[in-house]
Amino acid sequence: MPHDGHGHDDHSELSPIALRVKALESLLIEKGYVDPAALDVLIDTYETKIGPRNGAKVVAKAWTDPAYAKWLKEDATAAIESLGFTGRQGEHMVALFNTPETHNMVVCTLCSCYPWPMLGLPPVWYKSPPYRSRAVIDPRGVLAEFGVALSEKTKISVWDSTAEIRYLVIPMRPANTENLGEEELAGLVNRDSMIGTRLAGKAA
Amino acid sequence: MNPLDLKDPVFNEPWEAQAFAMVVKLHERGCFSWSEWAEFLGAEIKTSEVPYYEHWLAALEKIVEAKSIMSHNERLNRVEAWDRAAHATPHGRPIELSRS
Repeated sequence: MPHDGHGHDDHSELSPIALRVKALESLLIEKGYVDPAALDVLIDTYETKIGPRNGAKVVAKAWTDPAYAKWLKEDATAAIESLGFTGRQGEHMVALFNTPETHNMVVCTLCSCYPWPMLGLPPVWYKSPPYRSRAVIDPRGVLAEFGVALSEKTKISVWDSTAEIRYLVIPMRPANTENLGEEELAGLVNRDSMIGTRLAGKAA
Repeated sequence: MNPLDLKDPVFNEPWEAQAFAMVVKLHERGCFSWSEWAEFLGAEIKTSEVPYYEHWLAALEKIVEAKSIMSHNERLNRVEAWDRAAHATPHGRPIELSRS
């Protein structure tokens, strides 16, 4: 994109925010801190290659392979790495297994820490002030807004991500899926179910 | 909070992607730890209510100064230079700093 916005005359104009970004970028390139081609590759990776399908594969494997599930519980970072999902913001992973007794839900009250290699970049609502504050104060109410009604007997545990620890929720395996293979099961795992704001079982 | 934003684009505008990528690359180079970054970003988020990547950009501007990667004036002069360059560029042509 050569420029943002439109000048009223015959010259160009950049929005104030685009000017700030261009200033930073050009200085960082000149000083040798960043390489413009590497920036483009990184952006493309996050736009097209990293996303919740990665996390879904981890969940489906945990559902079908008890040994893998055990490993995931004990050392999620290594178990996830074994499937090839490594990298930034996934260095120290903890897997939270949902059960009929306990439902896990993840938030980052400070900013927006999130397991990028497994889920991609966080959705808008995850970064929003209402979710960040209300997930802690009223998790059941937040879940209701997402269409999740849990039994009163189910305890809700809310986990606050930090810059060091990222959580991946392992949702419960939907009923009547005994005949499904790993790949089909992965199709039942939606992004929000791995944050804990939805259940697995529906494509969206 | 809209639970149904599953089809949200990763970035809404190109500048968001650029700001995101600069932070990841600077962290990769060891310019700051991710905890330090989370503190800068968290501080921005606490003080104002603007869209997320505007927080991100403001935090980036502060952390590059704090880490002596560039000075405040250096950055502001460069913003002005880009503005002049844009104004000196005929509509539809690529904007280059040399035009300022």
